[in-house]
Amino acid sequence: MQTPAAVDYVRATSVANAIALLNEHGEDARLLAGGHSLLPMMKLRLARPDILIDINDLDELRGIRVEGDELVLGAMVTHAEVLSSPILAEHYAIFREAEKVIADPIVRNKGTVGGSMCQADPSEDLSAVGAALKGSVVIQNATGTRTVPLREFHEGPYETKVADGEILTEVRFPIRPRAGSAYEKVERRVGDWPVCSAGAYVVVSGGVVTDVGIGLTAVGAEHFCAPEAEAFLIGKAPSEENLAAAAQLAADSCSPNADQRGPADYKQHLAMELTLRALRRAAASSQGA
Amino acid sequence: MTAVDEAPLSAAGNPIGFGSMKRVEDQRFVRGQGNYVDDVNLPGMLHSAILRSPFAHARIVSIDTSAAEALPGVVAVITGKILEGIPRPSLLGDNFAWMPTLSYDTQAVLATDKVRFQGQEVAFVIAESRYIAKDALELIDVEYEPLEPVMDAKKALDADAPIIRDDKGQTDNRITDVHGNQTWESGNKEATEAAFVAAAADPNCVIVEEDILYPRVHPAPMETCGSVAYLDKVTGQLTLYTTSQAPHAHRTVYAMVAGLPEQKIRVISPDIGGGFGNKVGVYPGYVLSVIGTIVTGKPVKWMEDRSENLMSTSFARDYHMKAKIAATKDGKILAVDVYVLADHGAFNGVAQPTNFPAGFFNIFSGSYDYPNAHCLVEPVYTNKAPGGVAYACSFRITEAAYVIERLVDCLAQELEMDPADLRLKNLIKPEQFPYTSPTGWEYDSGQYEKTMRVAMDIAGYDELRREQAEKRAKGEYMGIGISFFTEGVGAGPRRTMDILGLGMADGIELRVHPTGKAVLRLSVQSQGQGHETTFAQIVSHELGIPPEDIDVVHGDTDQTPFGLGTYGSRSTPVSGAAASVVAKKVRDRARIVAAAALECSPDDLEWELGRWFVKGDKERGKTIQEIALLSHSSLELPEGVEGHLDATAVYNPPNLTYPYGCYICVVDVDPGTGQVKVRRFIAVDDCGVRINPMIVEGQVHGGLADGVGMALMELIAFDEDGNNLGGSFMDYLLPTAVECPDWELGETVTPSPHHPIGAKGVGESATVGSPAAVVNAVIDAISPFGVRHADMPLTPANVWRAIQGRNVRTDMAVE
Ligand SMILES: Cc1cc2nc3c(=O)[nH]c(=O)nc-3n(C[C@H](O)[C@H](O)[C@H](O)COP(=O)(O)OP(=O)(O)OC[C@H]3O[C@@H](n4cnc5c(N)ncnc54)[C@H](O)[C@@H]3O)c2cc1C
Repeated sequence: MQTPAAVDYVRATSVANAIALLNEHGEDARLLAGGHSLLPMMKLRLARPDILIDINDLDELRGIRVEGDELVLGAMVTHAEVLSSPILAEHYAIFREAEKVIADPIVRNKGTVGGSMCQADPSEDLSAVGAALKGSVVIQNATGTRTVPLREFHEGPYETKVADGEILTEVRFPIRPRAGSAYEKVERRVGDWPVCSAGAYVVVSGGVVTDVGIGLTAVGAEHFCAPEAEAFLIGKAPSEENLAAAAQLAADSCSPNADQRGPADYKQHLAMELTLRALRRAAASSQGA
Repeated sequence: MTAVDEAPLSAAGNPIGFGSMKRVEDQRFVRGQGNYVDDVNLPGMLHSAILRSPFAHARIVSIDTSAAEALPGVVAVITGKILEGIPRPSLLGDNFAWMPTLSYDTQAVLATDKVRFQGQEVAFVIAESRYIAKDALELIDVEYEPLEPVMDAKKALDADAPIIRDDKGQTDNRITDVHGNQTWESGNKEATEAAFVAAAADPNCVIVEEDILYPRVHPAPMETCGSVAYLDKVTGQLTLYTTSQAPHAHRTVYAMVAGLPEQKIRVISPDIGGGFGNKVGVYPGYVLSVIGTIVTGKPVKWMEDRSENLMSTSFARDYHMKAKIAATKDGKILAVDVYVLADHGAFNGVAQPTNFPAGFFNIFSGSYDYPNAHCLVEPVYTNKAPGGVAYACSFRITEAAYVIERLVDCLAQELEMDPADLRLKNLIKPEQFPYTSPTGWEYDSGQYEKTMRVAMDIAGYDELRREQAEKRAKGEYMGIGISFFTEGVGAGPRRTMDILGLGMADGIELRVHPTGKAVLRLSVQSQGQGHETTFAQIVSHELGIPPEDIDVVHGDTDQTPFGLGTYGSRSTPVSGAAASVVAKKVRDRARIVAAAALECSPDDLEWELGRWFVKGDKERGKTIQEIALLSHSSLELPEGVEGHLDATAVYNPPNLTYPYGCYICVVDVDPGTGQVKVRRFIAVDDCGVRINPMIVEGQVHGGLADGVGMALMELIAFDEDGNNLGGSFMDYLLPTAVECPDWELGETVTPSPHHPIGAKGVGESATVGSPAAVVNAVIDAISPFGVRHADMPLTPANVWRAIQGRNVRTDMAVE
């Protein structure tokens, strides 16, 4: 049994209360969502907050809904809810495809969208999904709320725009009629973090790509996205040749590190291969194939 | 005999004798009522934690424990210096800082001079709770002077390599065994060399060479290692609850290590949550819990966490092999030669019979008939965790089976021959048994070709090859891999096999109560093998008592006779034989009692299952239950029985048993990503007579999953700085149900001629045989890219690299 250091624990009663508690306890406090990233780190004593502020009671942070032309996910929506949501599936296949390969059912039952975003692990799958779909997050503090595009959200590994005394409340994604989307992941074993994942949405109209988003994780893609590859595709036919060239551009913009999941050259290759596969399927699905 | 006669059923519906029945022990396991070491809580018990080295190689400059000692709730902090000051009245060193290993080397209990691997034990905290103990670890201030570590086994013998075992006055990193040998050789060197010279000169022959690594893996049992020790200062009795696969052998080792009188030591192994060889050795943690109770006078519990288990306890394999095979161009094998660089870590803690320092690796000549084989094993120290023989390997037969089965596939590729045909051409023939192998093993029985054909039939081998050809034409990469393995299990004959001088024979006791119910007391220790069920079935088979009327007692040295424990698939070959022998003794005693009751001569009686009756008069007889009561009654007994039926036995096996099998694996490889999908796996095992076929199949299922794991993902690698890169389940990947196909099992039954019930061990067969099948299948799939070999684990990255023609060393950090 791995044993964390002593820690205090309090259950927040509302978002405002959670923010007040964060301000009261300063940088030694941590929000506790699903706990699937935080608790393992505490058990290994890599994280040792003095107090945990549990936000699991906050129903205001739950639920998946459509608001105008956006999909809105509360921060406490779990992976399992994303996986099985008919609303999300109706608009984007990428959610289901990504969630199917994130962790395992135990982690998915508790782990949350907000926790995943705020953990900001450089291999986080939902970060690639969020970057591909060009979503945004809503951050609240004692003075109010602000919206930050996901492609500006990450400050670096494990660092985000969420500052002390702040809480992420929502993740939002624009709805794009006729967009096809797909997610591709290579893992060493089911439930493992990705060696590389790539996700994409594509809108094909009049035989050309009119809108596209590409997200990549675990391969050192800045802000988990590949804007040059996207720009290259706009206005071009979704031919195998064009998709491959875009995938290569995406891979070229990555700078993966070697680790036990694989050497850098392999990861770079995967960035190309998986981007290509995601683009192919997304484009085909946009064209109703 | 080809199959077992169906046994009649008892009132409870169980076979009276052999046949599938549900495991008795599962009643408690599925209810969560198992009793593991961590479930043991004694009054006044203290807890503990071990401070471990962050460095692979460093001198200890100083250790300051004052802040830890001052933490409320801390009872004692023990360091190597303190242990050095405790004199030991024993031949095995004069103080407690060092202990002997199972290979006659020494290992630090707590480091005094240097740390020699990352995760090594440095200090021991005893406290009122586990949390306090762990908190205290952070308050211990150790000053280390880092030294260059030896992480690459291939550099361990370099002239300028740092010396690891300066404590022993060594000037290099060679390992010397108890006989003074620094290399271990087997087979016929001259004849083998001559065969290679001749083959090289003969245009009708080929020689194929390959470097083959079996990387370091870990048994990773679900339950980590731990112990609860209590020394009663009044009686002088030490009770040790511990995760041991060999409680009796451990008791003797503690007697030797601690200098305690052996009759005062009671070792109890309650339910054990998996062992796979990981729980054969004696670890510093166990010894420290004993020292802890001596120091505090209270029971002390020590229980590892997952990372401690993965980083410090017995690993397996780590064999760097250079192998070559010579054959005629039409596929007749002529000779095999293997050189092994064996990485044993910082202390030589390998558990194997004394005369077999490389375990039974020299069975590598495999299942084929050829005259010349030779191997040379060169062991080295490195700055890695000690251990060596563990993980269901039948004493290194896993490495042996892997190297020959890989080599045969390399040969098939070179000869452009179907690997099935090549094997069929060389398999030992049924009439050649007992077969003496070129390295001196005497294989007891086998019908190899028959077994292989059963596997090929289940697989639909020819159809698979057709499908493969069609797929290849479409650019799809499917592979078919075969492995044919032979093990030698059931160590072992006392004249050649012992561990630390303890002969490998097993004792057993059988008591039959007046009402005809029985209790069998075993020395072997189940870690999930189902002993409580199968051993009852063996007695049931011999005596006709229903299995539900027979209790099996194991795991407590005060309750059971001496024996060497469960590993190396030895329980059925050795203790299973003992169970048959002791039951037959009871049957013989019962015959005398029955004769007295029936007023005839014992010679006039005939046995049928559960009953002695008068020859020619089937009605006149006594059941075993009636005889049991009579044996306790006022019946006047003739000479030969003093009363009651109880008996004891010790079984000294005349030979090992040689289970074997043919496995066929079908994989699909995605060349764009390197991902491997195991589509099918066919396993046909011949383990002789099957006591409980359902349990045999369970053992095979588990071993096959192990094999998929080792072939595709399991690995303990190290970086150059000495960091263990497999120290958690995030890094050390075990296979899940998703990676495992629906196993397709088959059997042939070739009884062991020398085992009383014809059974052979099967606990490790699948672990031994399956990795080669998976790897051969993957290599077969990607052979169109010109790949002949790639080392395990075949992760997507390693497969992709192999396809690129850039194989990597998998034992070091990925670069
Ligand atoms: C075995 C295992 C396998 C995994 N595999 C994968 C995988 O394959 N792919 C993948 O992408 N992920 C994987 N994960 C990670 C998983 O997705 C995350 O652990 C989890 O979803 C994070 O969410 P949580 O709710 O558990 O966060 P927590 O652990 O509760 O919190 C994580 C961090 O975010 C902060 N936080 C949480 N919520 C908020 C909020 N609303 N506002 C501000 N800060 C907040 C916390 O304070 C903490 O610092 C795996 C995890 C495990 C344990």
